[in-house]
Amino acid sequence: MTTTISAPRQAQNPLTAGQLPRWSPWATLLGALLVGAAVAGLVAGASGTQFSIVATAVIGFVLYLVAITVVSQLIEGGRKATDRFVTGLVTGAFLLALIPLVSLVITVVANGMARFDVELFTYSMRNVVGEGGGVLHAIIGTLLVTLWAAIISVPVGIFTAIYLVEYAKGRLAKAITFFVDVMTGIPSIVAGLFAYALFALFFGEGVRSGIGGAVALSLLMIPTVVRSTEEMLKLVPNDLREASLALGVPKWLTIAKVVLPTALAGIVTGVTLAVARVIGETAPLLIIAGFTTNMNYNVFEGRMMTLPVFAYNQYVSPGVQEQAYFDRAWAAALILILIVMILNIVARLIAHFFAPKAGR
Amino acid sequence: MTTAAPAATRASAPNRPADVIFKAVSTTAGVLILIALAGVAIFLVAQAVPAIIGPLPEDDSFWAWVWPLTFGTLWSAFLAMVMAVPMAIAIALFITHFAPRRLASILGYAIDLLAAIPSVIYGLWGIAVLAPFMQPAYTWLADNLGWIPLFSPPASGTGRTILTAAIVLAVMVLPIITALCREIFLQTPRLNEEASLALGATRWEMIRMAVLPHGRSGIIASSILGLGRALGETMAVAMVLASAGAVTFVVVGSQNPSTIAANIALRFPEAHGITVNMLIGSGLVLFAITLLVNALSRWIIAKTTVDGGR
Repeated sequence: MTTTISAPRQAQNPLTAGQLPRWSPWATLLGALLVGAAVAGLVAGASGTQFSIVATAVIGFVLYLVAITVVSQLIEGGRKATDRFVTGLVTGAFLLALIPLVSLVITVVANGMARFDVELFTYSMRNVVGEGGGVLHAIIGTLLVTLWAAIISVPVGIFTAIYLVEYAKGRLAKAITFFVDVMTGIPSIVAGLFAYALFALFFGEGVRSGIGGAVALSLLMIPTVVRSTEEMLKLVPNDLREASLALGVPKWLTIAKVVLPTALAGIVTGVTLAVARVIGETAPLLIIAGFTTNMNYNVFEGRMMTLPVFAYNQYVSPGVQEQAYFDRAWAAALILILIVMILNIVARLIAHFFAPKAGR
Repeated sequence: MTTAAPAATRASAPNRPADVIFKAVSTTAGVLILIALAGVAIFLVAQAVPAIIGPLPEDDSFWAWVWPLTFGTLWSAFLAMVMAVPMAIAIALFITHFAPRRLASILGYAIDLLAAIPSVIYGLWGIAVLAPFMQPAYTWLADNLGWIPLFSPPASGTGRTILTAAIVLAVMVLPIITALCREIFLQTPRLNEEASLALGATRWEMIRMAVLPHGRSGIIASSILGLGRALGETMAVAMVLASAGAVTFVVVGSQNPSTIAANIALRFPEAHGITVNMLIGSGLVLFAITLLVNALSRWIIAKTTVDGGR
């Protein structure tokens, strides 16, 4: 190793004796990365390939783990060495997990900017072959389908949570709790198949409509809404309910005027996160909402394009001018990521600013 | 109602109509969920039956057709879990016990962001970035480690193999397992941790002796929940995987098994007649598998948290 660290044995302080100084991991890391870069550079020079940052990082990381363990073993003993080894490993795992996130965001933004223009937001794909066109029909479709999914699932979800927290007793409550758990695990594509099977029963085979997509999405959304609302209602102190009931307020008014307002911020946060979860769903919409190039404002009639399906469709079945289709797909992905991020941030802001002041 | 109070002298609250209506609405909402789930099961079975019993145009039987898909589903989910579970535990430990306190919540939020990204975007990323990035590695593995059955040559030319799909799946389930493990690790009794450290344990020894034993069942349960997600994931696999419908364990070749969900997504838009029934039947198989996996995880959670930790 290039990093030969002589342990500064300080006789005057026995507590720090036999310990590596605080800067030693960083110094070791730097040394390991330099060696890694040197090796990668040599390999690149010898084989005539490009200098590889990946190789540098991998060699550097492995060298760091070996070096810090050996050095620590020699100076601090086996137990400390294991500790330093695990610390390095765990930190490495975390950094490795950040790579996909960073790479994904950079890729989407870089590729999405190519077509992130006014035309994208003002045109549909009607009669567009090759370049041009926009995603307005997909944005409208996503908004309408998600809106209808919310219209179906929010009342059902909130009232179920109210039932579970305020009224539930016995077997029915247990069954509902269990099946809400089951619902959480339904694969999204199965929800899509269900919506198709349901609508095919009434409208015949090959049915495609926006409301079918909304039904499929609400199947995925309801358990999330129930869970988060239930948690929030449970957080409302019982004192509030008892005080209200003791004043002679009927139970339903207690729930409507005392319990729900107290939990409102949490419920809105939960609903927003649930919307953020389903707005990016592709598989069920691919099956039951279908795809089209036209504008469609009517969820009850005809195929309806949505943003995720648009991105998928443009990417997997491009026309002659491939790049134009890919650019539109990435632009749709960028819009989708922005919507999801904004919804997440809004949810956190609501939770932060509108939480009940009382309590802690 | 069970409120037949024996103390007849007590004045009972008047039975307000609004109260009754409100309770009825709430109960109906709950029952509606049960009906919806029953509907899912009934409609899927009804649509699947013609394919399961009836003659199929190309294949011998429904089960012979669905078996390669089931294999692909299980195999890709297994590969994803092998990568995701150790990573998730390590990341959860890093956020709860290694990262500087002030950084920890921000880092946790960064990992949560991974969970919020729609699957179709993971699919785009998998095709455009990950597959080309992994392709040289696959060639190298096939050339040098080809004697291991997993890596037997020839390597895929596009990199869109089942291993790439499994990596994408691993990235997708990672935040779910991490979030749950983080909650569990944070619930470790503070006194146990401090006692361990006070006795001279290093941080890793403390984690091994106090945190991990406490969280073991939670880790298993959260992993199984992640597995359920990996089994049902559709778009990312449908886009990344170049499938050939083969049953093979080779992870770097171009002959990959498909998965149930991906196969439905790819074939449903153009399907008609008996094919629709076959696809719905395979969806039913997927539903049954995920149901089993989720029930297993609920059972583990229920079985191991009876001691009433709090």
